[in-house]
Amino acid sequence: MSVIAAPKARRRVFLPQWATLPVILGGAILLFWIVVGITIPLWSPYEPTMLAGMRFQPPNAEHWLGTDALGRDVLTRTLYGVRHSLPIAAMVIVCAVLIGCTLGAIAGFVGGIVDSVIMRLVDVTLSFPPILLAMAVTAALGPGLGNAAIAMVIVWWPIYARLMRAQVLSVREREHVEAAVAAGATRPRVLVKHILPLCWSPIIVNATMDFGQVVLLVASLSFIGLGAAPPTPEWGQMISDGALHFYRWWIAAGPGIAILSIVLGFNFLGDGLRDFLDPRSK
Amino acid sequence: MSTYILRRLIAMPLLLLGVITVAFLLTYFTAADPLTSIIGERQMNNPAVVEAARERWGLDRSLPERYVIYLGNLLQGDMGTSFRTRQPVSQDLMVRLPATLELVIAAMILGTTFGVVLGVLAARFRDGPIDNIARFFALVGASAPVFWSGLLVLFIFSVQLGWLPGPGRIDSRAIAPPFLTGFYTIDTLAAGDWAGFRSVLMQLILPASVLGWTVTGIVSRMVRASMLDVLGQEYILAARAKGAGPLRVLIHHALRNAMLPTLTILGFSFAYLITGAILTETIFSWPGIGSYAVAAARGLDNPAIVGVTIVGGAAFLITNLLTDIAYALVDPRVKLSRQEGA
Repeated sequence: MSVIAAPKARRRVFLPQWATLPVILGGAILLFWIVVGITIPLWSPYEPTMLAGMRFQPPNAEHWLGTDALGRDVLTRTLYGVRHSLPIAAMVIVCAVLIGCTLGAIAGFVGGIVDSVIMRLVDVTLSFPPILLAMAVTAALGPGLGNAAIAMVIVWWPIYARLMRAQVLSVREREHVEAAVAAGATRPRVLVKHILPLCWSPIIVNATMDFGQVVLLVASLSFIGLGAAPPTPEWGQMISDGALHFYRWWIAAGPGIAILSIVLGFNFLGDGLRDFLDPRSK
Repeated sequence: MSTYILRRLIAMPLLLLGVITVAFLLTYFTAADPLTSIIGERQMNNPAVVEAARERWGLDRSLPERYVIYLGNLLQGDMGTSFRTRQPVSQDLMVRLPATLELVIAAMILGTTFGVVLGVLAARFRDGPIDNIARFFALVGASAPVFWSGLLVLFIFSVQLGWLPGPGRIDSRAIAPPFLTGFYTIDTLAAGDWAGFRSVLMQLILPASVLGWTVTGIVSRMVRASMLDVLGQEYILAARAKGAGPLRVLIHHALRNAMLPTLTILGFSFAYLITGAILTETIFSWPGIGSYAVAAARGLDNPAIVGVTIVGGAAFLITNLLTDIAYALVDPRVKLSRQEGA
């Protein structure tokens, strides 16, 4: 999923080594959204579901991104949207990482039949195009943001299981593990104390990049009508509204740019992190 | 190498069975009444229909029995009846498949061609402005939600500039070409209808570009990386020393070898294209499987959703298999590394 590479390494005087241009740019974008998400109720002149003026106003001084079909302020709704997208994406990623890494570590460390069972489960899940599986699971559970989140955990955990297993398999062969086993450490202790601490960097890089993809998929599911329900200021839902009023381009513009910026931000950050945590990939 | 391919071929039906099992479990654990999701609510008052469906899908049997019945029905191509279109799901899918394939293939051609060109340029002018512009362009394509970028290009190129036609697979005033393959580009040509062919191509440009743009980034990054890798090797130096021109070295000597690793991501980009096609088709009113899936999901049309999921999973599996085989055939080194990683 690597889309950008690091700029040439230069000697730095003022900045720490991890602070490359992509990391700073990505971090700034995300910081903006986090700050907006937390503080918006304090300074927003409108409420997200409030009728703020005439319907279908194009962008003007009072409504910077115009108003939608019900006369709600598009900018306000866009900024409030982050309060749905980011927490859900965070929850999905944390659950997927926890489940995937636990199963992957067990598969890699224990081996044998346990390994086979877990990895076949992974293979089957990864046989589906992600969005189709997410759609089918959400439709079966019933539409709604919560069920969409569950569906996305189901779609995402195998990626981490596979990653973690590969990491455990390679770290397990190192000499310090052999030494720990020879010194009489118990198996769980070897796994937790001597193997797992060396396995995290690719997981962190992947989780960062996947964060953006999860935001995108949440919005896609809502756009389809399986996620957030109408009055909710959710980006996919808003773009779906905008598609209905196609000639009023501004209705979809705010949420569209919001999604684009946040996915870009995570891609930048993940890419910069990879160059720092895993220098071989340069 | 042959054992690798053999192992993949053996795993294939098993994975397919896994896909079908997941799809079956989804119908079993659905929140809605499984009976209504098969025959539709309107028929629920008709005891004869209810009894027939119960019988045919074994709804009063146990889970394992129902699984066997489901597999049997599926083997006969029976995926149930969509309660939105009232047609058998398999028939619905067959009718829509060519439209999706035509769009995905066009997007693949556009996206990879553009990606290769960008990648070669980026590698040739490494770290220069062209490299950075290519990187930015590719990144935006991979990050933009197609259901918004599709709206945007439609608004700009169709409404504002009027250069390209609006949504749809064919001009709204025209009639569909006589059915031959279901691919409108081929069917219009076969009918000798040049104006129709041109119109069909024009309809394809916007959706295929929007969809193709999502994979341009992956392809161009891959081509760039492997070009840089190849350009650093000694035979390139030898070619230069022999007096080959810069363009010849770049295309003839470097790109040919750099294309190899690019093959691996074709399968990966296909996954992207399927994902994107679902949403792109919805925006462009493209009568393919993607818009069918979205309409089914919106209407909670379970048999249709599960049918699309099985077909999508199968398509995904087959593409990945073909990519892996092609790669193993082209590059003998893949054998070892794959087995270590497996």
